[in-house]
Amino acid sequence: MMLLQVASQAHPLSGTVAEWVWLLPVLPLLGFVINGGLALLGLRANGDARPAAGRHTYAGIVSVVGPLVLVLSFALAVAIFGAMRGAHMEAPFIRNYFDWMPVGDLQIGAALQLDQLAMVMVLVITGIGMLIHIFSVGYMRDDPGYPRYFAYLNLFVFFMLVLVLGANYPVLFVGWEGVGLCSYLLIGFWFSDKVNADAGKKAFIVNRIGDFGFLIAMFLLFAHVGVLDFRGVEAAAPSLAFGGWLVTAICLFMFLGCAGKSAQIPLYVWLPDAMAGPTPVSALIHAATMVTAGVYLVARSAFLFSMAPVAGLVVALIGGLTAIFAATIGLKQWDIKKVLAYSTVSQLGYMFIGVGVGAYTAGIFHLVTHAFFKGLLFLGAGSVIYAMHAAYHHTHRHEDAQDMRNMGGMRRFMPLTWVLMWIATLAIAGIPPFSGFFSKDEVLAAAFTRAGQSTLADAYLFGVPGGTVLYLVYVLGLASALLTAIYMTRMMLYTFHGSNRTGEGEQQHLREAPWVMTGPLVALGVGSAFAGWLNLPAILPLGPRHTLDHWLEPVVGAPTALTAQATAGGGEHSAGMEITLILIAILVAVGGIVYAFARLKPERLVPKADSPEDEGFGLVLANKYYVDEVYDAAFVTPTYQLSRIFLWKGVDTGLIDGLMVNGTSALARGLGWVGSRLQTGATGTYAWVLVAGVLAVLGAVTLR
Amino acid sequence: MREFLLSVGYDAWVLPALLIIPVAGALLLLLSGSRSAREPDADQGNHSARMIAFGVLVLEFLVSLGLWWSFDPASGAWQAPVDSAWIPMWGIRFTLGIDGIALMMILLTTFIMPLCVLGSWTSVTTKVATYFALMLILTSGMLGVFMARDMFLFYVMWEVMLIPMYFIIGIWGGERRIYASIKFFIYTMLPSLLMLVAILYLGIKAGDPATGTPNFSYDNLVANPTLAPAAALWLFGAFFAAFAVKVPMFPFHTWLPDAHVEAPTAGSVILASIMLKMGTFGFLRFALPLFPGAAMHPTVRGVIVTLSVIGIIYGALVAMVQPDFKKLVAYSSVSHLGFVMLGIFALTLQSVQGALMIMISHGISTGALFFLVGIIYERRHSRLIDSYGGIARVVPVFAVLLTLVSLSSIGLPGLNGFIGEFLVLVGSFKPYPVATTLAATGVVFAAAYLLWAIQRILFNPLDKPENESIPDLNWREVALMTPLVVVIIWLGVYPAPVLRRMETAAQALVTQVEKGAGLPASAPGPRIAVRAGAAR
Repeated sequence: MMLLQVASQAHPLSGTVAEWVWLLPVLPLLGFVINGGLALLGLRANGDARPAAGRHTYAGIVSVVGPLVLVLSFALAVAIFGAMRGAHMEAPFIRNYFDWMPVGDLQIGAALQLDQLAMVMVLVITGIGMLIHIFSVGYMRDDPGYPRYFAYLNLFVFFMLVLVLGANYPVLFVGWEGVGLCSYLLIGFWFSDKVNADAGKKAFIVNRIGDFGFLIAMFLLFAHVGVLDFRGVEAAAPSLAFGGWLVTAICLFMFLGCAGKSAQIPLYVWLPDAMAGPTPVSALIHAATMVTAGVYLVARSAFLFSMAPVAGLVVALIGGLTAIFAATIGLKQWDIKKVLAYSTVSQLGYMFIGVGVGAYTAGIFHLVTHAFFKGLLFLGAGSVIYAMHAAYHHTHRHEDAQDMRNMGGMRRFMPLTWVLMWIATLAIAGIPPFSGFFSKDEVLAAAFTRAGQSTLADAYLFGVPGGTVLYLVYVLGLASALLTAIYMTRMMLYTFHGSNRTGEGEQQHLREAPWVMTGPLVALGVGSAFAGWLNLPAILPLGPRHTLDHWLEPVVGAPTALTAQATAGGGEHSAGMEITLILIAILVAVGGIVYAFARLKPERLVPKADSPEDEGFGLVLANKYYVDEVYDAAFVTPTYQLSRIFLWKGVDTGLIDGLMVNGTSALARGLGWVGSRLQTGATGTYAWVLVAGVLAVLGAVTLR
Repeated sequence: MREFLLSVGYDAWVLPALLIIPVAGALLLLLSGSRSAREPDADQGNHSARMIAFGVLVLEFLVSLGLWWSFDPASGAWQAPVDSAWIPMWGIRFTLGIDGIALMMILLTTFIMPLCVLGSWTSVTTKVATYFALMLILTSGMLGVFMARDMFLFYVMWEVMLIPMYFIIGIWGGERRIYASIKFFIYTMLPSLLMLVAILYLGIKAGDPATGTPNFSYDNLVANPTLAPAAALWLFGAFFAAFAVKVPMFPFHTWLPDAHVEAPTAGSVILASIMLKMGTFGFLRFALPLFPGAAMHPTVRGVIVTLSVIGIIYGALVAMVQPDFKKLVAYSSVSHLGFVMLGIFALTLQSVQGALMIMISHGISTGALFFLVGIIYERRHSRLIDSYGGIARVVPVFAVLLTLVSLSSIGLPGLNGFIGEFLVLVGSFKPYPVATTLAATGVVFAAAYLLWAIQRILFNPLDKPENESIPDLNWREVALMTPLVVVIIWLGVYPAPVLRRMETAAQALVTQVEKGAGLPASAPGPRIAVRAGAAR
């Protein structure tokens, strides 16, 4: 312990503002306590969510406290970032605050760890979180559960920061499950609708399936490596057998956790349903931050994944399959939030392609740009839904405010949102110079390059050479890029272009959201446009290059180099090849947009109520390949029926209690009855029995 | 604090005092009860009975609380020891003492019992004084089990504990209380008699051959094992029967749902929080140290670990389909206690510590769940989950509490339930990787049954008119739940002080059983030594 203290003292960040790192999560926790308290106080008076209630009594305080803690947290994060830029740090800055689970040789501390990777995540979480908090003030202010909303949102940020700042797997797991809890609470925020409550529960349980994998990974680590903190595991990782069963198993179990949290096949099913929550929640939790936790976990565990090429192949392949699978579903959704939800699933797939092939920076880069443009898309959609709601509210009609068939021509009413959403759309579609182009290109280029030369290419997945798998992943990624461009353009066309289908009376009430909502949109728009400058490729002379690569070098440099079998920094393929890849990517994106403009006719759409059913494959897509139904029939119903009919009624009530327990008592009663028959009370009978007994005993003794 | 306590001789009198205070309180209650029953104003008498019981149990808690500081975590010896002759002719002595395990069980008991009085405040209206007197006697019995270092004394306490609970269920219980109480009594009594025979055998065998006086000293039996392996196996079987029913282990659990459902709220709480721990405590204190060879016999161990894992999954699945919320909680106990048994028989320091943590956490969380069921039952007179729906809008404080307690029971990290589950699983994984992996699926099922249940109670549309005017928690109920919530969060965030107090005892147990069974010591295994520079 003394030695540790001395070692930490020598860290370049010692004594700087970084010592306040604990305050980063504590500020939002404070917000949770205050807003939660106000929510409870308000309840004693009014009762939450009662239909008649108007704006909450404490809405004023909450509107200040809720976003303010995020602003402070972001400011602190920026200050710490400044200190980190000044300091030349190779090792992470670690602070152990107290012993959490000290049991023999398992010593788990409540410890935080600050390094370059954590810093990127902290900036995204607090920065974009701050914008979404501010947006929420406008979006949620009239909700009777307003303080409760901000309490949950603050609590979410607390857990998310614990997740990215934790210095060991168990502390990370606290954040991991904590954000799942907040997601559960916020999806089911309007809990009086069964659909919402169902969606929240589904999210939690599906995530738990993933968490089971995460737990097993931790157990394997402790049983075979003996430590659970990142530094310790990192130090031990090189001495594990490269590509051995152990490290592969650890990585695969861990990835099961990632598949749950980050909505990958086969556990993605909860995320589309999660759109039941308020739209800012979808932006913050189900697009920008929480769902990327799985990507973060793989990058954080790069020292393990780079030792397990087969696991890397699995991650990349699942990522590629998820990307295309979700993108196809996105083609046929009518609910604007569902389009974005499947788009998120698909984009998360890209991130996993990145981290799976060992291009950790590329994965994180896409995580950052995605946080901007998807956050913007969700908030923009939120603005539209907000306007639609207000319009229907005015005319007292109960139509679906999220269905694109009820929208159309919104650019006339919401020009700013329209422009900003197009920026985000171009970014996600991969049109230069918007941010998504750079990050997506880097991911795809990495997959292509690694297919040629890497430890992954040399490995085999079910007998298939890794190189082949990665070329397939590259093609999947490219195809998904085409679909992304199509479904996003479709969404824009149907929502903002053509004529308006909301209704005659409603049109007069459609208007742009207030500044408290558009302000954050503009900020995110700037990010969506320019975040690509964080990591420009060497080939494009637009400014400083590989900034993010250099920044993350101390954390993921060595694992990246190990996987790529080349010197760190990438760029091992020829300039000509790189230009070709970029051109292909641009061609695909432009092709998708052009195709969508050419084929889709928003003028032909009719409102939802008058729309015909889909047919053929379109119907399959609209019903999301019936995966929910299949899961229900294959897992949920059989488990329930097995438990009820066989285990409870059969085994418990029937076999154990009926036959064995009460059977025994019936037997005892029966014997008692025989006994009582013997007690006739007649002396003669007793005498006979006595004689028989004596004879029996004597006989037994003599005949022995 | 420790110096002050020792200066008043706390160590010397605290354990006997903890046994005497409740009994004295019970006598007081019976005296005042027989007087007040004759008075016209029975309500007044009932009220004073409640106040007396509550006062006595608060005093009991405060007295016991000193143990937290007077206890020396580093010492392996019995603490606060008491030893005097009791029935010399039969070699029975009045020997008390605690280790870290007993310490936490005692504190759990004295913490829960006053809350049980608060929880019975308005729900028990008949024979109030008798009810609370039984509860006080029960307290002494339970504490005695945790303190006893004489096998015979232990058995006496074991039975003292059984009888009041039989009456509490049988008199103040629900509609099928007679069936439930008799089932409870026979189910737990029969194997206890087997254990009595085993204790007599042990005591007589360890006795002085010259005088023929038996010797029931626990320390002597552990220190001087003289049993042949076959005899040890039989005796272990007798102890196993008594404890396995109490735990309850699958398939000896079917008394539990009936007893829980029929018992009054406080009865359910005591059963779940404390009496279920008697079984696992018995394994830790008696069955394992006395018969290490039998308990760690590969077949025995394999069977018990298998039954534990079955219990975990089976309990969770059956809990999921219960229409009655009390039964759901009862089956969830089967699942939780399965984790405890797995941890005990995996026999690593982490798994045993985890088992102990679950024993504490389950006591807190499940107790809290039963209190909440009782609170809502008092208002709506239904335990059926389908009677509710959407009541979070009507009773928001209740909703917050039920959600929090459920999350703690699910094992959400940051709350108490996680610590024990994690430690059990992480510790059991090395000796039993397959069983532990199966057991870990329990975390999924636990989320499924509890979240589904609270959704159907708290969330969904508020579609039943009779639920629209349920009053929320009153101040007494808030006062009852607050300590539980505080402990739920404290044990989840900072369990280290509790773990440290139990570590010496847990380590001693693991070492002693391993040695007795001839197992290789489970020293930190062939691990890659990379502790330097690691953050803790």
